[in-house]
Amino acid sequence: MTETTVSPPEALVVEEQEVRPGFIGKNVPRKEDRRLVQGEGIFVDDVKRHGMGFVHFVRSPYAHAKIKSVDISKALELTGVYGTLTGDEVAIHTDPFFELSVPPGSEIKDYCLAVGKVRHMGEPVAAVVAASRELARDAAELVEVEYEPLPVLVDSERAQDEDAPILHDDPGSNVVWSGPFSWGEYESALAEADHVVRIERLHFDRFASTPLECSGAIIEYERPSGQWHIWSNNQFPGFAAIMMAPALRTGIDKLRFISHDIGGAFGNKICTHPQLTACCLLARKLKRPIQWTEWRTEQHMTNTHGNERVFRDIEVPVKADGTMLGFRCRMIDDCGAYPRYEPLGCIIWSQVTPGCYRWRHIEIDFTQVCTNKSPVGPNRGYSRMQHLWFTERVIDIVAHELDLDPVEVRKRNYIRREEMPYETPNGCIYDSGDYAKTLDIALDLIGHDRLEERRAEAAQRGKLLGLGIGSTLDSGTNNFAQSQLLNPELQFSGNNEVATIKLDLFGEVVITLGTVPQGQGHETTASQVAAEILGCSPDDIHVRIGHDTYWNSHSGFSGTYASQFAVTGLGAVKGAADKLAGEMKKLAGAVLGCSPDDIELAEGQARIRGNPEAALPFMALGAIINVNNAGLPEDLDVTLNCRYVYRPPFQVPDKERKFGNLTLTYATQIHACLVEVDPETGAYEIVEYAAVDDCGKRIHPQIVEGQVHGATAQALGAATHETFAYDEEGNLLTPNFYDYHVPHALDMPPLKGGFIESESPFTPLGAKGMGEGGGAGIHAFCAALQDALRPAGNPIVYDSCNPPHRVWEMLQDPESTRALVSVESRS
Amino acid sequence: MIEKTIKVDINGDLYERDVEARRLLVHFIRDDLELTGTHVGCDTGNCGACTILYNGDAIKSCMMLAIQADGATIQTIEALAHDGQLHPLQQAFSEEHALQCGYCTPGMLMAAKYLLDRNPQPTEQEVREAIQGNICRCTGYWNIIDAVMAAASRGEET
Repeated sequence: MTETTVSPPEALVVEEQEVRPGFIGKNVPRKEDRRLVQGEGIFVDDVKRHGMGFVHFVRSPYAHAKIKSVDISKALELTGVYGTLTGDEVAIHTDPFFELSVPPGSEIKDYCLAVGKVRHMGEPVAAVVAASRELARDAAELVEVEYEPLPVLVDSERAQDEDAPILHDDPGSNVVWSGPFSWGEYESALAEADHVVRIERLHFDRFASTPLECSGAIIEYERPSGQWHIWSNNQFPGFAAIMMAPALRTGIDKLRFISHDIGGAFGNKICTHPQLTACCLLARKLKRPIQWTEWRTEQHMTNTHGNERVFRDIEVPVKADGTMLGFRCRMIDDCGAYPRYEPLGCIIWSQVTPGCYRWRHIEIDFTQVCTNKSPVGPNRGYSRMQHLWFTERVIDIVAHELDLDPVEVRKRNYIRREEMPYETPNGCIYDSGDYAKTLDIALDLIGHDRLEERRAEAAQRGKLLGLGIGSTLDSGTNNFAQSQLLNPELQFSGNNEVATIKLDLFGEVVITLGTVPQGQGHETTASQVAAEILGCSPDDIHVRIGHDTYWNSHSGFSGTYASQFAVTGLGAVKGAADKLAGEMKKLAGAVLGCSPDDIELAEGQARIRGNPEAALPFMALGAIINVNNAGLPEDLDVTLNCRYVYRPPFQVPDKERKFGNLTLTYATQIHACLVEVDPETGAYEIVEYAAVDDCGKRIHPQIVEGQVHGATAQALGAATHETFAYDEEGNLLTPNFYDYHVPHALDMPPLKGGFIESESPFTPLGAKGMGEGGGAGIHAFCAALQDALRPAGNPIVYDSCNPPHRVWEMLQDPESTRALVSVESRS
Repeated sequence: MIEKTIKVDINGDLYERDVEARRLLVHFIRDDLELTGTHVGCDTGNCGACTILYNGDAIKSCMMLAIQADGATIQTIEALAHDGQLHPLQQAFSEEHALQCGYCTPGMLMAAKYLLDRNPQPTEQEVREAIQGNICRCTGYWNIIDAVMAAASRGEET
């Protein structure tokens, strides 16, 4: 990889940090690796319990049907079958999951198994538990379910038609949530425009990150206390507990969540609460540990997909010089059969309302509807990726239609470095960044100065070459008050994360985190931050593996999601380590007879500054406080066991205007690529690719680069092949890795990487969350494709997913895509 | 339920077990022998998380039944390190940040070992071909390819 280091010309940090130079910013060896490269990680399916029963779900073959009857008797006759669970029992023993929406969505009744009706293919109807995986699967086939098929709705744009099938009878509508957003003065901007570009329809396709480890759990029920021990790979136990505890009619603390290693999650393991609830019921009913491991086909059919979104009636007022004033659009989001984490996606896009641009006048009419498809939920880049794809499509379509250069038009419209921190039209504060410079680095890396030469050279070989840019933001550290913009009654706001740190008897530093890592290296980066503060090596710090709501301290929003660990998680670690450092100095001062201010922590010792002979090793401090404390001053308030809750500085937004700061940090990713298309076949190849990232202070550059790589690969998969395609009857056509093609090693283009560090003025370490990326690869690829195809009838790339067959269709019939666009020029 | 007694040599240990006829080899290794380093990521033989060396060949252990393995010699990820010393590939994977969640890693390492055992100095293209049957959702493969090349370039015995 080529790295281009560019430092901001002036420091963007508003206050000096106390953290000393040392481990932060270094590629220290990852603590996680030694166990993982030896196959010694502990993933959920590796955990076994005596007498456990394996669960297999009976799933609907229909996308929409009434359940006439469920007969479990034949399954129960099979030797080795321990028991079953049906929707009728679920309706008695649980309450429907809490719905986040206002009406009509709030009227939806969602249980852990289908009750009365199935609403998507693969929806679980019953569960069978048996002595082995194979037996449970066999027994599930013996469950007889009688269905009465109903008309199916797969097209979100038909969901509000009068004759559309209605999924949920209680709301009586397929609409989950709907609302207008209006910022600035759109009508004035429209009147002021020299050109108005109109785009009839764009479509962001349905896909998911499909973590390689499927979802799973092993759940035990402790009868005397009513306690469930849930060993799972759920990545946001705080949310799962909020959903599950009321449904199970129990207290939050009765649900203990544990995880060690998790085989990727990407948001897709947030909404496993229905399956976990079913397993909880089974563990209680059958009085034995319940083991659930999802099969790949089940994951594709029924785990949450990413939000599919249609953009209709787009209108963009443009000045003669290429300045875009804003946009108007009607957005229809398809949430599938149940709004489990939804309708949060109806507001989360607004964290990045104007994308990277200085657009001030924006009107959006947003509606989310149910369809007979698998429910959606967070998926790397959740809801912002869809919106940023839209903003990037707008930029490139406008540029092409008005014959503007896509680089120049971006630079003209980008928010500028000197405008940071920048308040967007809806009150979000972009903390720092230099988009134009980031773009320049990307363009350098792909050899943009030779673009026309390369076009000509490709043309000689009969190929069409195009340039594409994707400029995105990864907004991180949510202000959960944004949920109140959807539903003013919700009592969520702010954010928090917890770390504890203690100095143990033998001088070991032990950290616990509230987070739920899935490969992001939290043990490593936490140890870097603490080592720097405590004056020891990361090797001397033990960070407990994984999450445990008994064992580790945690807070209401604990979890690993939404690009925030570098801010919230490490903010908590820093706070806890600062507290411990203070206590160690106090203790050493009391023992050595000096002021705590005279003590420094270095080389694993607390010592008097300027007098290294007067030193107490960490082990002595740990021993004194834990087992040798006679004679210590009575007022010495030191435990060497510190807890810190990091709470970002958020306010509740203005609900009327839908105005306020929704996320704390905005990492930038600007990608650029060159794509060659074969006009005869529609086949293509990415011949140059560059990803440039700016996430503020990089705690561990290699881990940051790893996240950039992963987000890039997932974006390229989504741009070229990955789609959850349904037929008219609601059958999923891509239910496994045969049909759902994720990138393989041979698919990956050569990658060049670069970075700048625009430190965040708002975070404890100057760092920004950055794991999700903004789907820049999808946007860059779509833009390159459209650029390449200009000589071939100038089609409009209208879909986020463009397998070669779609490119071939555009080549055959560019006119039908051209019909999507019109330009009104007034000068 | 049909059962059969099978004998397999796994990582130098001889196991003799009764196994159900329809049990997959990967589930025999993971559930019956508790060698949980070999993972399962799909139902269809696409992902390669379950890659092992079977009589010296890299195979996907979800694609055969345990009873078919009677008499076989198998190596799993647990055999790669010796006496606490990581195999050069394991070392290179860590140094090059070729793993994030670590779920595909055992299968990926076994596929890479199979390559380097036969072709100690592969080209980058040969590395890509050797791991094309192994899916990774975290890394985009770039660092994995670098790690295999780095292990090969050290020329140590793999």
